[in-house]
Amino acid sequence: MAKTHVTTTINGEPTEFLCEPQQTLLDVLRDELQLTGTKEGCGSGDCGACSVMVDGRLVCSCLVLGPEVEGRSIDTIEGMAHGEQLHPLQRHFLEDAALQCGVCTPGFLVAAKALLDRNPDPTETEVRFWLAGNLCRCTGYDKIIRAVMNAAAEMRGA
Amino acid sequence: MSEGNGQAKNGGGLHWVGTRSIRPDGVDKVTGRANFGADFFMPGMLTGRVLRSPHPHARIRSIDASKALALPGVKAVVTCDDMPDIPAEEAFVGEGPMNFRDLSRNCLARGKALYDGHAVAAVAATTAAIAEQALGLIEVDYEVLPHVIDVEAAMRPDAPVLHDDVFTQGVDPAPTRPSNVAKRVQTGHGDLDAGFAAADVVVERHFTTKPVHQGYIEPHACVASVSEDGQTTIWGSSQGHFMIRAYVAKLLAMDISEIRVIPAEIGGGFGGKTLVYLEPVAVLLSRKSGRPVKMVMSREEVFRATGPTSGTAIRVKIGAKKDGTITAAEAECKYQAGGFPGSQVHAAAMTGFACYSLANVRIIGWDVCVNRPRCAAYRAPGAPMAAFAIESTVDEVAEKIGIDPIDLRLKNAAKSNSQSSYGPQFREIGYIETLKAAKEHPHYKAPLGPNQGRGIASGFWFNIGGESSAAINVNEDGTAVVATGSPDIGGSRASMALMAAEVLGIDQARIRPIVADTASIGYTFLTGGSRVTFATGMAVVESAKQVVQQLRERAAKIWDIDVDAVEWKDGEARPAGSNAGRFEPLSLKDLAAMAGKTGGPIIGRSALNAQGAGPGFGTHICDVEIDRETGKVTIVRYTAVQDVGKAIHPSYVEGQIQGGVAQGIGWALNEEYIYGDDGRLQNPGFLDYRMPVASDLPMIDAVMVEVPNPAHPYGARGVGEVPIVPPMAAVANAIYRAGGVRMPDLPMSPPRLLAALDGD
Repeated sequence: MAKTHVTTTINGEPTEFLCEPQQTLLDVLRDELQLTGTKEGCGSGDCGACSVMVDGRLVCSCLVLGPEVEGRSIDTIEGMAHGEQLHPLQRHFLEDAALQCGVCTPGFLVAAKALLDRNPDPTETEVRFWLAGNLCRCTGYDKIIRAVMNAAAEMRGA
Repeated sequence: MSEGNGQAKNGGGLHWVGTRSIRPDGVDKVTGRANFGADFFMPGMLTGRVLRSPHPHARIRSIDASKALALPGVKAVVTCDDMPDIPAEEAFVGEGPMNFRDLSRNCLARGKALYDGHAVAAVAATTAAIAEQALGLIEVDYEVLPHVIDVEAAMRPDAPVLHDDVFTQGVDPAPTRPSNVAKRVQTGHGDLDAGFAAADVVVERHFTTKPVHQGYIEPHACVASVSEDGQTTIWGSSQGHFMIRAYVAKLLAMDISEIRVIPAEIGGGFGGKTLVYLEPVAVLLSRKSGRPVKMVMSREEVFRATGPTSGTAIRVKIGAKKDGTITAAEAECKYQAGGFPGSQVHAAAMTGFACYSLANVRIIGWDVCVNRPRCAAYRAPGAPMAAFAIESTVDEVAEKIGIDPIDLRLKNAAKSNSQSSYGPQFREIGYIETLKAAKEHPHYKAPLGPNQGRGIASGFWFNIGGESSAAINVNEDGTAVVATGSPDIGGSRASMALMAAEVLGIDQARIRPIVADTASIGYTFLTGGSRVTFATGMAVVESAKQVVQQLRERAAKIWDIDVDAVEWKDGEARPAGSNAGRFEPLSLKDLAAMAGKTGGPIIGRSALNAQGAGPGFGTHICDVEIDRETGKVTIVRYTAVQDVGKAIHPSYVEGQIQGGVAQGIGWALNEEYIYGDDGRLQNPGFLDYRMPVASDLPMIDAVMVEVPNPAHPYGARGVGEVPIVPPMAAVANAIYRAGGVRMPDLPMSPPRLLAALDGD
């Protein structure tokens, strides 16, 4: 089957790729562009490990087809740090030991950043419900929630 | 919370052990840079896919792959005919039994498919789409056989029998007919009849638990590349790359020297990645195609064909006097093994009553084959189900006597030097300390709201030691690399760096811990049994001591004094005794820079078989609120107290406790394998297999009690497994206090609780 040519922007970089019509955005990121920071945990939109931003909206990239991102702007975990400067969420995940195996971590960070971008002062309950689409099997979420709250406080200058 | 990075802040004369350093592998894991199992690519790599049985039990009459092989892009198809038919060989590896013939047949079915999802054949093709298409072109002629899913049904004489060569072991006389009951085990001592006769109260109850999956977020994945001379390299995530090397060699009749396994980061395991599924198949496909082959399971495959832990049926009977003394305790545990013998029922028989010091105790266990996936270890394998049944019964005994549940446990608690319920004498243990800490915790006295209840339960796990290797290379600039053979599943690199820093006396940030591949470090048993910080930690400490010894020797050489006159303190060599003050101290950095002139590179190496892993105990307090309209249970507060020996990195110890509790809560309330009458798994995905999400849980207060383990240089005990043992009973006991109903069957899901509340 003929591949589709797609022009997009990924982490601010103009990017082109060829993909088969049935390939998901997740497949494209990982297999065609080698952006493997975005993880596949389920392929059905239930675990959030493949969370990315498409035009500023949080999505599971396993539920988006490659050809659908024509002309769109995508942000992945690889674009979260600026050079050596980690995003406060990334730093707090480290300081607060909010990861164990780390495979869900990119998805959590992308989702948490999406939350703080729209709600800089979330309650614990709001953080828990916003992140309910991201599965973590190692941590019991305790330290993840604290890291997000602490990052939010730092970003507010509180 | 974090005390920041870099600065030593700890008491007890320790500078680094016990601090909350930033994990050395952390930045790679928050930036997406870390390479997990599925993140590895090679030029010319093919994609491998597995054809799985749609039947729970079927004879495989024939497999015809000719149409698949004719599809352009298909480079190889393999079946069991490509694998050696190895003889039965039973081994006990780490925490559980292993029969390599069965493991081979689990990787590719031979003769019969034994469960829905059992691997039957595999394909390697140039693209995933072609591989998927090829699976549909493989023609398998199945003769569908009657199947059995339930453990008690499988034990009946008229049940369909999975294996005609399984005769129940451990019964006298030995049976003459094959059955699904692979083994009977028994532990205990004393006189049960006399014990129950002396009791004022006797409670006997029946319980069931469902199989649950380890639920790691990273599906199994590997890449295998076989060169023309047979040299084989495997990249992949697992709990033990030496395990992969050993098992692939065993299953494919290869020399171990032909195989090199390079560990990827592992995205969770919890026991489920302690055996091979894909790796031997990928090697066969690569050998046949002449190309590297990557295999990654889908989530559905993970559910249908890996893990889970056993579903069980358990009877418990406990007798006690009015003063709370337990006079007799017995249990009978029937454990599903899955399609092949080898459940963890023996661990259930050993751990079930291990929290208690008992004169009369017995547990009988049955290992039973059913048409489900072969069971794999899951965090304290075998223990949580027995603990659910026993700790629920203990709670009822306390209620009947009218004694506080913690006081009842204190009255009967296992203590240092007491005989364990399974035989050996305990050494230093901290169970009583966890009970006392729980009783004194503010949580235990906090008021409860309407429809709320508080439950208590305890748990035990042995923890193991075993074989570990480590090497420390001092770099020219005074930094160091710590290499071990233990995959880092939850922050163990950080612990290794802290222990090495403590001995060497340098900043932990100057130490780079790595997980070395099978060709680059000595044999190391897998990451499991809560052994890494204990056993591999001991190897790291021993290696660091060797480095210190060499550093002292170098300084002695430079100063031309006796090595015994050189002491190592705060990261520098100092002249001691009568030489004190005669020479300027030499730091590790100074000595590293001069290494070439004083004898060459400075390295320390250690390989050991660690003995004396300290058993772990935990006591949990759980508050629930029940919704009488819907049957939904909300965990409103949770405190987990555990004896951790010594927390090397407290944040990751807390994390282990919190994670174990969360898994236990999922096991208690929602998680279960659901099979239809057709023997097919109905919920092989995260939507219908409901693991806890962030909004399901409160903060989990992890309280660390430290009763040092004398066998470890810093007193560490394993911590990872104990915390999953108590939660199911803690939740059940809390539900009883909240709603007045005992819940003997897991999961305690809303429909079940609603039915119980309505008296159905």
